[in-house]
Amino acid sequence: MMPEISLNVLDVAENSTKAGAGLVEITVDVSVPGNRLTIIIKDNGCGMSSETLSHVTDPFFTTRTTRKVGLGVPFFKEAAEDTGGSFDIRSEKNVGTTVTAVFVLDNIDRMPLGDMCQTMHDLIVYHPDTDFLYTYRYNDASFTLDTREFREILDNVPFDTPEISNYIMDYLRENTKETDGGAVI
Amino acid sequence: MICRRTDEGEKMKTLEELKAIRDRMKNQIELRDDNNEGRIRVQVGMATCGIASGARPVLNKFAELVQQKDLTNKILVTQTGCIGLCQYEPIVEVLEPGKPKVTYVKMTPEKAEEVFEQHLVRGQAIGKYTLATQDIK
Repeated sequence: MMPEISLNVLDVAENSTKAGAGLVEITVDVSVPGNRLTIIIKDNGCGMSSETLSHVTDPFFTTRTTRKVGLGVPFFKEAAEDTGGSFDIRSEKNVGTTVTAVFVLDNIDRMPLGDMCQTMHDLIVYHPDTDFLYTYRYNDASFTLDTREFREILDNVPFDTPEISNYIMDYLRENTKETDGGAVI
Repeated sequence: MICRRTDEGEKMKTLEELKAIRDRMKNQIELRDDNNEGRIRVQVGMATCGIASGARPVLNKFAELVQQKDLTNKILVTQTGCIGLCQYEPIVEVLEPGKPKVTYVKMTPEKAEEVFEQHLVRGQAIGKYTLATQDIK
């Protein structure tokens, strides 16, 4: 198992970039009154056939050739379902894939959300050819980061330039704090 | 975007600020791109097995050190997938032009610091952390 939810997001979003997605939309929605933490990872990658889709939550299924197990999606599913939440994955060939994991916020088995800023930062900086749209919602407050907007301003200055990489991290940290007031989730 | 203020009274990151950084970086980027081929590659395994065993802090430690010591035009820190040796994760491969690949296993941020200082800066691979020292069955 992963020690925190943000690592599941890092891992599962990797599948989206591998699927050749041009845009990956990641939403983290915390609702304290609703007692839910919802994570949505939506991509416009190559998608899966219904046959493949029916196997992805099986730990003994993978398209890799380096090993015989594929634990990324099963870990994420189990982490959500262990809290009494739910997990859903939908995919259409040549359209994309959407993964939705719902966690019951106050369940004792819910692992911490962890460092989502680090997850988003690493996804953006290490996947320079993929765009990310990140939405973080905490009750009624929210912020978004859209790398397409950054890309337009940057005019070919890469995301992994130290100054840009630091800017992205600060942008995420400051806006997250502004949105949730520093809540520990 | 409007400048907002955080609790500490610091200015929020604005897109204006990003424009200013871009203008400062423009010239330097071209210099770096010319130099891309000769760079040392540090590849951190970031598949499920790597991430679950703690690859993220290792990746970030390397990136932080390379940045701190201003070595981004000499060393490229990057991610890679699973190479099928999940039990030895976190795995870090160092690829230096003209030299055999060095594979470090069961890495931690502390070991990453040592590898950075001794191998990446001073050119001496740390044998005791490599795959070659493991008793592979």
